[in-house]
Amino acid sequence: MDSRKLTTRVWSSLSSGLLCSAPLFVLLGLGFFGPLALVILYSVQPRGSFSPFGTPTLENYRDIIEQAFYLSFGWSLLLAIISTTILLIICYPLALALKRYSGAMADILTLLVVAPLFVAENIRLQGWVLFFDKGGFLDGGLNHLFGFGPGSLVNNVPSIVFGMVYVYLPFMLFPILLGLSNVPADVREAALDLGANKWRIFRDIEIPLAMPGILIGSLLCFVISLGAFSEAKFLGKGVIVTIAQDIESAFTFGQNWPRGSALAVLLIILAGTAVFFAMRKIDLNKVLGTR
Amino acid sequence: MPAEPIMELRGVDKYFGNLAAVNQITLAFEEGEFFTLVGPSGSGKTTLLRMLAGMDKPTRGDILLRGERINDRPANWRPTCMVFQSLALFPHMTVGQNVEYPLKCRGTSPSERKKRASRCLELSHLPISYYDRPVTTCSGGERQRVALARALAFDPEILFFDEPLSAIDYRLRKTLEKEIKDIQRETKKTFVYITHSLEEAMVMSDRIGVMRDGGLAQIGSPHEIYSNPVNRFVSEFMGEVNSIAVKRHEGGELWCESLGATITPPSVLDESFSQGTLMIRPENMHLVNPGEARSTNVFSGELFNEYVLGSRIQFQIRCNSDTFLVERLREAGMPKSGDQISFGWSPEDSMLFPE
Repeated sequence: MDSRKLTTRVWSSLSSGLLCSAPLFVLLGLGFFGPLALVILYSVQPRGSFSPFGTPTLENYRDIIEQAFYLSFGWSLLLAIISTTILLIICYPLALALKRYSGAMADILTLLVVAPLFVAENIRLQGWVLFFDKGGFLDGGLNHLFGFGPGSLVNNVPSIVFGMVYVYLPFMLFPILLGLSNVPADVREAALDLGANKWRIFRDIEIPLAMPGILIGSLLCFVISLGAFSEAKFLGKGVIVTIAQDIESAFTFGQNWPRGSALAVLLIILAGTAVFFAMRKIDLNKVLGTR
Repeated sequence: MPAEPIMELRGVDKYFGNLAAVNQITLAFEEGEFFTLVGPSGSGKTTLLRMLAGMDKPTRGDILLRGERINDRPANWRPTCMVFQSLALFPHMTVGQNVEYPLKCRGTSPSERKKRASRCLELSHLPISYYDRPVTTCSGGERQRVALARALAFDPEILFFDEPLSAIDYRLRKTLEKEIKDIQRETKKTFVYITHSLEEAMVMSDRIGVMRDGGLAQIGSPHEIYSNPVNRFVSEFMGEVNSIAVKRHEGGELWCESLGATITPPSVLDESFSQGTLMIRPENMHLVNPGEARSTNVFSGELFNEYVLGSRIQFQIRCNSDTFLVERLREAGMPKSGDQISFGWSPEDSMLFPE
């Protein structure tokens, strides 16, 4: 009797939890795990195959190693590291400054940061191309006014980094803001009162307490810039090739789905490793204030 | 000649916009005393304390430490330390790391740090086994002790307290009040404590300053302030009190309209006195037994409520439109609700505040 009651109770509490998370499971199943399984399956098919059910082979991975794809991996990794670092350096002081404002001013500043997100990324990047290109807004304007201009500022690696920093800024800024909200003003004051100077407060109090937010922001930016595509395509105009571009051309121009899938699997492993190491250091419950 | 005060305030003002949070405060703390600033919420206590600790700067006036002006000296350069209302412990550190922090800032060696931090934990009655515990796993009372130990580790010349006990349950608060007082006696340091609780102020302090609307209403020993309040505000703030509106009456007596009777004043009336409030503490009121001969300040009314306060009992007596509180020791044969009883007070136990 008692054990039956207990079972019912366990079931009812379990089922309410399951029920609430069911939409998420369906979404993850259809939109994430399904395609992921398909990609993994395709990555072990023979070259140029369009069926996921051929004889498994590792030839695509061998091709990738033999055909210098490490260059694109290297560029993607380098760009991700550089842009994440620059974003950290820009966003930390920006978040500190934003935290000081409240009310209408804070809303306006937040809106200014978020507003670009309302326009599609490609369009914004094309806008920058028009701005920076030879005879573009900047060069043309200066030429018209003073008779000389900087010429083309696009088609190079720094312009790609600029584009990435510009596009991913909100993804670094808001997690850091969240992290900084875990640094109570009085804790900072207490440290000052106990004799800590500004540098010590920054190092001993602010950074450790804001660390979860900093890590989440860095992780987000690192992972999405690892898969960056449009920045290199539009601002770089082929000066370098990122891994995301390789994957795209394998699927479209190359019509080699297995190779594209194998590249995608390697990219997922790279990003997954970063996520794994960062998540071990983050207590999500603490960041979101649920505990 | 009295010793130089350890800290002195001269005409200190603090304005937030047009609002004077602290208004013309002149005050001196003696070396080694336990001084409590007490006052209702919004009376400027915390603002004042923040200026003393160096977290805020006064708008006008000077703050002196042993005669030296320190207005512009930031908190990390002052030999003072504060226990925050929120305690402001470092949540990512252990108990030991919290307590060691001020020593670390000063560059003390790790072995010396550990020695001194342990000593401070002992002083604040926290077992040494707590040393390596994350501070977030401590209970409210334990955190209180960690905060105290951390401030002691700083070894300040003056220790400030910003209502640290306000979030703690009654029994633990009583224990901690006494412990704080004991630590002050043991370390012989100057403690400046703020609270809105009169009881806390009375238990711990050598001197009390009562604050009201950013100013100091009265400074004195707990006894002085309790028995000789300078005005009605202080008198009412320092505890329950019976108050009656009175006017000057012929023959140096007072007239109370609501009682319809003359009352003998505490002392000879001032020339200028025309009307005011007469106040008597409930414990200074007595019950008058039938047949007892008393001529002055005796009234009768209906006893309509009794509150038992442990060893004492409080009677609420209705007399015309007034209600009086009379507090006595509990004993056998006390009157019951509904009884008609007589009560009164000795004129010298009353306090008269002109208006």
